[in-house]
Amino acid sequence: MRAMMFNEEFETLPRQALEALQLKRLQSMLERVYANVPFYRTAFDRAGIRPDDVRSLQDLQRLPFTTKQNMRDSYPYGLFAAPMEEIVRIHASSGTTGKPTVVGYTQKDIETWTELMARTFVTAGAHKGDIIHNAYGYGLFTGGLGAHYGAERLGASVIPISGGNTKRQIMIMQDFGSTVLTCTPSYALFMAEEAKIEGVDFRNLKLRVGIFGAEPWSEAMRVEIEEKLNLTALDIYGLSEIMGPGVAQECYVAKSGLHIWEDHFIPEIIDPETCQVVPEGTKGELVITTITKQGIPLVRYRTRDITSITYEPCACGRTHARLARLSGRSDDMIIIRGVNVFPSQIESILVGIEGVEPHYLLIVDRQDNLDTLEVHVEVDERLFSDEIKVLQALSRSIEKEIKDMLGVTSRVKLVEPKTIQRSEGKATRVIDKRKLV
Amino acid sequence: MHVEQISIFIENKSGRLAEVTRILGDAGVNIRALSLADTSDFGILRLIVNDREKAKAVLKEKGFTVSKTDVVAVEVPDRPGGLSLILQTLDGENINVEYMYAFVERCGENAVIIFRFDETDRAIKSLLDKGFNVLEGERLYGM
Repeated sequence: MRAMMFNEEFETLPRQALEALQLKRLQSMLERVYANVPFYRTAFDRAGIRPDDVRSLQDLQRLPFTTKQNMRDSYPYGLFAAPMEEIVRIHASSGTTGKPTVVGYTQKDIETWTELMARTFVTAGAHKGDIIHNAYGYGLFTGGLGAHYGAERLGASVIPISGGNTKRQIMIMQDFGSTVLTCTPSYALFMAEEAKIEGVDFRNLKLRVGIFGAEPWSEAMRVEIEEKLNLTALDIYGLSEIMGPGVAQECYVAKSGLHIWEDHFIPEIIDPETCQVVPEGTKGELVITTITKQGIPLVRYRTRDITSITYEPCACGRTHARLARLSGRSDDMIIIRGVNVFPSQIESILVGIEGVEPHYLLIVDRQDNLDTLEVHVEVDERLFSDEIKVLQALSRSIEKEIKDMLGVTSRVKLVEPKTIQRSEGKATRVIDKRKLV
Repeated sequence: MHVEQISIFIENKSGRLAEVTRILGDAGVNIRALSLADTSDFGILRLIVNDREKAKAVLKEKGFTVSKTDVVAVEVPDRPGGLSLILQTLDGENINVEYMYAFVERCGENAVIIFRFDETDRAIKSLLDKGFNVLEGERLYGM
């Protein structure tokens, strides 16, 4: 049986028709940015390519990349392709380093985003009649408003609770009968902890589906969230530069990879070092070209997110390619004594150990010119023993797992429960002290 | 014959031990005996208190990881070689002492030692068989 879809015609377009549509939209977008965005005109001229040289999707690979740095350099509106009179909304990503990156949406962009987010909800198994508890932050961050518009388009009841005030979130989920939860996976687990303290049992709540994203998470974390929150946990992908939430969504049917809406975005996977496109199924950095955006179309935007892509048909009936679960960011990647380590890899190891909570902190430092990795792990009652040797054996076994799996020597430090900072947005997992000196 | 000890995980940073004793003091819990085992990163504080349930509840409320462990309290003749007699008995039975510490109060003429064994019940039986006095928990909490 084919899954429910929001826009069945486009979500099931045969590949040939989908690619023909992509090429047409790509060519038209390239004409627009070449005419309206000086940055792209210069970049294309320098690369010796004009929009009408792009005659196949293969030709996309001849175009230059766009990076977050290019966006910062064009702060705030330099990359906009539409005049400001047509921009109806402005969002910005948090600027952890310097200025934020700014994006603008025309009315048509908002409509596209709304439709894609509605598709996303249906892909996750949500429908009209659902009560969607939207705990993504509302504001400059795209999460809250993006999910909100999609939920309304779907005809669901949306609770615009935004982030924070966890006790109140739990009370509202309980009293309002929320059936769908949208937030970051780490916040979902934080809610589970708080609910336990409040004496609220998620089995008595009506939650059925959780749509979690905005930070990388692991399959093991999915198992834990599903068990603790008593719902089906699905992965969503999006980033403000490309649109916001709803760029790709895992379907509840296959629960195996996130469908990226190819009628609006062209994905490529490249080797982050050589910048060459890698074969289907190979891990690398995700690059996205937006082909319908008007406000700020981006050509081959380097997302820094690490994933792989498959064009295999999916059990749900959608023809759009699937991204593998995001396994980290190429700029989150920490290099420890020459070994590439993603925080998500360490998370998978920790969650696999009975009693270890997925709250952890990695501290990277340099001592005597050698990189050191310290892993802070919280000790809860399931792990605790009155005997030193048992706790020391636990530390040693985690260190051994990390060494075996990643080839990196680490030092595990056991810390008191709830001392690692909880985040209501994106969790901080790494403190790299090497950068401070 | 078992005595209930509470064990608390504390990070090796300043003020944590003081925090535990302050919480217990505020709750009116009296510490009867204690031992602190430590490593460079963390310590385990083991306590015999007059009110275990209350101690556990107030510490957990403040976010500490707390567990209960069964230990054994044995009266030891307060003279040279007193402890040795007990340890020889246990050694003869192949019972391991995981750790031990002394109780603050004396029991008449005798000292009281708290033992954590790998096999608690077998240890109690061998000690009783050899005529040692193993103290009841209730008696100890109120001493």
